[in-house]
Amino acid sequence: MLVTRSTQAIPLNLNHKAFSFLSSKWNITLIFISFLFCIPLLIIFGSLFFPAKEIWLHLIDTVLIDYISNSFALSIGVGCLSLVLGIIPAWLVTMYRFPMSRFLEWALLLPMAMPAYIIAYSYTGLLEFAGPLQTFLREITGWQYHDYWFPEIRSLGGAIIMLSLVLYPYVYLLARAAFIEQSICVLEVSRTLGCNTITAFRRVALPLARPAIIVGLSLVIMETLADYGTVQYFGVSTFTTGIFRTWFGLGNSLAAAQLSALLLVFVAIFLYMEKRSRKQARFHHTSSRYSSLLQHRLSRKKGLLAFTFCSSPLIFGFLVPVYFLTNWAFETYSHVIDKNFYQLLINSLLLASIASLLALLIALFMAYSNRNSNSPLNHFMVRLVSLGYAIPGTVIAVGVLIPFAWFDNTLDTFLTRQFNISSGLLISGTVFTLVFAYLVRFLAVSINTVEAGLIKIKPVMDEVAKTTGMTSGKIIGRIHIPMMRGSLLTALLLVFVDVMKELPATLILRPFNFNTLAVRAYELANEERLADAAVPALAIVIAGIIPVIMISNSISKSRPGHE
Amino acid sequence: MKNLLIIVLLLFQQQLFAAEVNVYSARKEALIKPLFDQFTEQTGIDVNLVTGKADTLIKRLEVEDKNSPADILITVDVARLIRGKEKGLFQSVNSTILEETIPVHYRDSNKEWFGLSLRSRVMVYAPDRVTDDELDSYIDLADETWKNRLCVRSSSNVYNQSLVAAMISNYGIEKTKHWADRLVGNFARPPKGGDRDQIKAVAAGICDVALVNNYYLAGMLESSRDDEVTAAKKVKLFWPNQDGRGAHMNISGAALLKSAKHKNEAVKLLEFLVSDAAQQWYADTNHEYSINQKIKSNSILKNWGDFKADTLNLSLLGKHNTDAVILMDQVGWK
Amino acid sequence: MSNAIELKNISVSIEDRVILDNISFGLNEGGIACLLGPSGCGKTTLLRCIAGFQYQQQGEVWIKGVRASNPVHYLPVEQRQIGMVFQDYALFPHLNVADNIIFGLKKLDKQRTKQRLDELIELFSLAEHVNKYPHRLSGGQQQRVALARAMASRPGVLLMDEPFASLDIELREQIAREVHQILKQDGITTIMVSHNQLEAFAIADVIGVMNEGKLLQWDNAFNLYHEPESSEVADFIGEGVFIPGKVINEKKVQTEIGNITGQSPHGFQPGSKVNVLIRPDDILHDDDSSMTACVRDKAFRGAEFLYTLELESGLRLLSLVPSHHNHPVNEPIGIKLEIDHLVIFPA
Repeated sequence: MLVTRSTQAIPLNLNHKAFSFLSSKWNITLIFISFLFCIPLLIIFGSLFFPAKEIWLHLIDTVLIDYISNSFALSIGVGCLSLVLGIIPAWLVTMYRFPMSRFLEWALLLPMAMPAYIIAYSYTGLLEFAGPLQTFLREITGWQYHDYWFPEIRSLGGAIIMLSLVLYPYVYLLARAAFIEQSICVLEVSRTLGCNTITAFRRVALPLARPAIIVGLSLVIMETLADYGTVQYFGVSTFTTGIFRTWFGLGNSLAAAQLSALLLVFVAIFLYMEKRSRKQARFHHTSSRYSSLLQHRLSRKKGLLAFTFCSSPLIFGFLVPVYFLTNWAFETYSHVIDKNFYQLLINSLLLASIASLLALLIALFMAYSNRNSNSPLNHFMVRLVSLGYAIPGTVIAVGVLIPFAWFDNTLDTFLTRQFNISSGLLISGTVFTLVFAYLVRFLAVSINTVEAGLIKIKPVMDEVAKTTGMTSGKIIGRIHIPMMRGSLLTALLLVFVDVMKELPATLILRPFNFNTLAVRAYELANEERLADAAVPALAIVIAGIIPVIMISNSISKSRPGHE
Repeated sequence: MKNLLIIVLLLFQQQLFAAEVNVYSARKEALIKPLFDQFTEQTGIDVNLVTGKADTLIKRLEVEDKNSPADILITVDVARLIRGKEKGLFQSVNSTILEETIPVHYRDSNKEWFGLSLRSRVMVYAPDRVTDDELDSYIDLADETWKNRLCVRSSSNVYNQSLVAAMISNYGIEKTKHWADRLVGNFARPPKGGDRDQIKAVAAGICDVALVNNYYLAGMLESSRDDEVTAAKKVKLFWPNQDGRGAHMNISGAALLKSAKHKNEAVKLLEFLVSDAAQQWYADTNHEYSINQKIKSNSILKNWGDFKADTLNLSLLGKHNTDAVILMDQVGWK
Repeated sequence: MSNAIELKNISVSIEDRVILDNISFGLNEGGIACLLGPSGCGKTTLLRCIAGFQYQQQGEVWIKGVRASNPVHYLPVEQRQIGMVFQDYALFPHLNVADNIIFGLKKLDKQRTKQRLDELIELFSLAEHVNKYPHRLSGGQQQRVALARAMASRPGVLLMDEPFASLDIELREQIAREVHQILKQDGITTIMVSHNQLEAFAIADVIGVMNEGKLLQWDNAFNLYHEPESSEVADFIGEGVFIPGKVINEKKVQTEIGNITGQSPHGFQPGSKVNVLIRPDDILHDDDSSMTACVRDKAFRGAEFLYTLELESGLRLLSLVPSHHNHPVNEPIGIKLEIDHLVIFPA
């Protein structure tokens, strides 16, 4: 699964004979492709070279501290809560049997399919002062507004909880994969050295899973920083809302781009520090022997406790919002589901399929080229491409818009001058642009996943295959692909789910008359017509559930020797 | 070579020559598409639509430049229209229909943009805690008596920006800043949610007065959800500034783009949008006030009675928009 | 009870398959025992039962006079005062050698931890590797670290699962002897599991031969070799062949290669048919002997040849012969019997 680069056990043989066809031509292609996907980022960074002093003085004077401190608090909060909600259930379902543990194993991934702004709208509807819960409380107690305290959902704390509820599955996914892959022997040996199950977890399992967990955590934090819908609705001014406020309110798109660049710099520093800290503790599993994982059956009391803990993120991150969405959907489906609605569904599924497939292919290409190259430029470019995940979709969209329109316009000018034909906008405003933007934003996910899978294939396996007379193509087809099946599927499906939920880039870049489920759900929810938004929102969730279940299965099977 | 090029290009953009209009709209699809369908039915001209946030659409127009496929930009506030005009995205339209129908202060002096519907930023209050003679102008809401009694949404919202821009136009920056500072001090809670949320907050007793756009209240009264109707019935609407300049107005509007390839069709669409049928639809469906004086308001709007509208030149709202945001940043209006 | 480990009637079934069948034994304080058997015989399961990773359906495990488990009560692994070395050592990949070794020493204060660490490093000659991470160590070094780690907190009992199986063959016996010395020096009660009898002979005071979930014999190496209690044990331990024979009297058996006389009564009725175990060292090469056999196969073992010999009747025997007696295949050579231990089983 998505284990990290740091588990890189054996230094890869760089001049690997089996891949001699991946020659310098490939290197150049790699750099070209990475560069292509870096253009939007470079445009954002490029903004830093233009002065916008006055607006910055104003920002520093008034709101910048707020943006930074709120974003910081949000990231820390969502990070910590996601760790708790992700790691502990991952450990419990991997190591123990308790009521419904088999079900929870995959069900805990379900909140992943839930767009953050949808869960935020649903909970606000339920928990706000005028919502059913508080109204009910007041009715039975006779209290008035100032008579009691009730947690305010639309606050920084509320945003932390909402985002954690839908983002923790990233940590869960990676932590579980790491726990499953751990040699049971190191856990047993720690027991013989006086660790009880809890200290064995803390002192052995957790440090061993740390690299994988950190990858999950950085996905969570990048998603958090890129979130706009939730924080905006909750009135929390973060870096992202600041970017939009500077752009829309102050009408200064340059300063907005510079704010995005600053955000990128923060993320890059975070990723760099994380990588450095991992380098110092570079290790790999010493044990290649996998005794079967004997799941310990918990006692009734403990089992109930484990069940309660593990089921709560599922209940609050999925079942409760789905319950409300379903209720609303029943009220409104008759006028929401028409033939246009099926078009939305088809559009969303097609986009998600195409984008996830392309992302997988590109990630495969990058990972292979990177594996067979020792050029620092290659490594750097691949890392740079991964930054896209932390940038708000709108900013990416503009970064995509600018070069594409420039290309179209330049071509048009050229053709007009040479042949007196106008080509107009060839690729701007097409689905192609949209898919490109998705790739810029989500390649990080597929690259990380594919690389983690590739690292498990030691060069010696290529060599063995080579001795049996296999060609390079056959080696990939008959050894690598089957071995990486889990990782490839995960890469495919994570991007699929992400694209299904994607909103801001779609909104800006789509062609005429082209809608997706996410766009429809957002427009309706934003109009405060939550009931009408329920059907498209549910459709996104349902379309996301199937891939989520498939991811879970592929992980369960990833344990070596697992039947 | 040339022929081949033409064929290839034709494959890509065969639609360019059809009878159609391409629209970038900040109005949500549900609140504009039905009108376009009517238009297509009447004229046979297809309308292609992309919706999005006004500023992102403007950005898209900017970078697409002269080759942009769009013919018309529709926004839901005047400030964005003025921003588009400043960026030179529009061209003027000579249409007697538009000029006769739209009052002069709701369209651009250079004929580059036109108002399509009107909305007013009004006060909503809880009649059990506030009487209507306690209320007067926006200015008065800054008084000490309203301490912890106001609900207003975030200053990121363009309607608040426009309101403050109007205040700046009327009273100057310093006075407006002083006002905004005290107004923020009267907030019952940090700004959050949309206008409907402010109305619900008044109904629920969190605050006593809220500033909202009129159509949100009307929308709640006609909502299919009982809780919204109940909340809306608990509050009353108050027309501010009736003894002064009148209630603050904003428009949704449209402009013909410089890059327009279907100019005739686009102008036809603009004219259709101010026609009686279209205007009646605005009033009935979204509870906005018609830009066309002849159109009767729907029953809810009628119940609120006639009011005096501020006739401030709307161009000023666009001009002061940035000042307004800076000012709100400074006084800590979240 | 003086035994450091006492197993009483342990039975384990997993999914209706009997893995361990009524196993009992005791090991005295400071003793080193080896569970020996082919793979799948249940020896590792038995070890895990003692460690506490496996529950038994029947029987009791006593460690140092404390009942560690019976089918109802169960002392968690960490409270059993055991140390364990796994087949692949299972060193903690995220800790260096020193931290691996002191992993279980949490309760000691800093100074005493350091002291113990230094002792172990000295004992296992790990001084130059203290700061290395496990993946930088060779197999033998990893093995020593694993052992040092298991012994650090002076466990009451040390359990080792195939501790030498991952080592190079040349290293095995040498390390096994070193380990034996260290264990004896510290007087640590040890149970290890192995499928290699030479390893078991090198290290263990007492060996339990297991097959198909049963403990066949619990004895020292000499007795197992020379006085196996069953043909399975005889077959598994050492090399040899069975030849048919007929009991003549209480000490004597008649076979094709002559009458063989044991030192003590064998307990079979005269006239009954038996199988006699003939070890390769029972057959000596003697050029002067009248009895000859044809060399059918030979394996060079350095100091000796192991010849497979065939008698005229077609009966085959094994014989260890000093390697300067190099005879080509198919050449007849003279042999004579020299049997100290008569081992016979019913035919």
